[in-house]
Amino acid sequence: MRKVAVVGVGMSKFGELWDVSLRDLVVQAGVEAIKDAHLEGSEIQALYGGTMASGRLVGQEHVAALIADAMGLNPIPATRVEGACASGGLAFRNAYFAIASGAYNVVVAGGVEKMTDATTAEAVTALGGAGDQEWELLHGATFPGLYALMARRHMIEYGTTEEMMAAAAAKNHHNATFNKYAQFKEKITIEDVLKSKKVADPLKVLDCSPITDGAAVAVLMDLETAKKHTDNYVEIVASAQASDTLALHDRKSLTELRAAQVAAKEAYKQAGITPEDIDVAEVHDCFTIAEIMAIEDLGFFPKGKGGQATLDGETALNGRIPINTSGGLKACGHPVGATGIKQIVEITWQLRGQAEGRQVKDAQYGLTHNVGGSGATCVVHILKKPN
Amino acid sequence: MKPGLPLLWRKTRERYNLIGTKCETCGTYYIPERKICAKCRRKGKVAPYTFSGRGKIYSYTVIRVAPEDYEFFVPYVLAIIQLEEGAYITGQVVDVNPESVQIGQEVEMVFRKIHDDHPEGLITYGYKFRPILK
Repeated sequence: MRKVAVVGVGMSKFGELWDVSLRDLVVQAGVEAIKDAHLEGSEIQALYGGTMASGRLVGQEHVAALIADAMGLNPIPATRVEGACASGGLAFRNAYFAIASGAYNVVVAGGVEKMTDATTAEAVTALGGAGDQEWELLHGATFPGLYALMARRHMIEYGTTEEMMAAAAAKNHHNATFNKYAQFKEKITIEDVLKSKKVADPLKVLDCSPITDGAAVAVLMDLETAKKHTDNYVEIVASAQASDTLALHDRKSLTELRAAQVAAKEAYKQAGITPEDIDVAEVHDCFTIAEIMAIEDLGFFPKGKGGQATLDGETALNGRIPINTSGGLKACGHPVGATGIKQIVEITWQLRGQAEGRQVKDAQYGLTHNVGGSGATCVVHILKKPN
Repeated sequence: MKPGLPLLWRKTRERYNLIGTKCETCGTYYIPERKICAKCRRKGKVAPYTFSGRGKIYSYTVIRVAPEDYEFFVPYVLAIIQLEEGAYITGQVVDVNPESVQIGQEVEMVFRKIHDDHPEGLITYGYKFRPILK
């Protein structure tokens, strides 16, 4: 397998963008990424597009062809990749393989979701499709509901508290104040989270990531070509993926995502490093409990200690391992299909030293952790700054 | 409003009677049914099994923001039930004050309406759980 690098990234503003279409979101992110890569566009040989529920949300399927069309990249092959909320991360991984295999030298990975045109009930139903339709959703399960079932067990088994979960949301809102692309720029306190409206006990509305419109794009190149093309690349040193049962009730434990643990272990092996070597990480905090489980599954903290570590500020910008510097899904926003690519965008900026007020000093290794559904898919990437 | 109910649903016996399977080689119970025992593979001998319907609440939540067709029921309790045979299943807990539900609480299966998608549409039935009356 050949080595692969990211040579350009871009994203649209994330938020409730009622005046911007699915197509326009992709164009905004794509133009930024291609400019950032110092390419014309004609060098690009293939495209992988991630979206989860565009058909349900805006009636548009065939999104990869739409992205290629909107970005003026026809007639290159364009393939849609779907893995629920991990669709973006999977699109990136497929672009990585397309180059690593030797088939292409320059490939684009894009992700997009246009969510705010749907009502809340429509969006809840569409997102629910990531779970098990027959054995969970038919019985009235929702996504916050499934994560609430995990949160309840984490509280019982490890003494995790609602305050610890709230600390993750407050931290991510703080980080987002430094990110001009983020959906929310308002700081919130732990108290605000605890007092917010209940959605699925013990989760409250401020424990949940929002419904968001947005797109993100990354341009990948084989490492040898990238080195000749630019000094501003970052190397992809690991790409790993794992799966688990679709339904929560079939899992051995509700307090961890086995797919995340397996993917993380494989990723560290590929990169030849340990969790202690990671300087900054973007993790899939679709709910606050998900961030706590993620930092345990990724090996940053021992099992059951993620909540206390979050409350103690160990994952803050100036903490031992800064988590979700972008604001995460919680505050930067969660346009489902775009999220996995947005994580790559943020880590690329961090490793290049372009993360403005939220820059982590001398970051060398950055990790992304993108989860589909309640953990039936997980994809982990590790990026490295060139020496 | 759905135009018709897929035949498969009517034939899914597990939805109405908690019929699953048991591997007679290793004693593991499966609901929904699995035709191959994940532990024994080819050595497994899988046969139909009707669960007693009794179990304990393993984890639960109170759904307050519902998906389409379920808005009428909020707030409702969604739980993972550990059936007394050892298998786990997701379902609602009814006939209970949502604020008083507890982990470990003993429940039994009841046959209930799951939802209707329209006043003149199809009604979907299935299992729910309720506290065991002592």
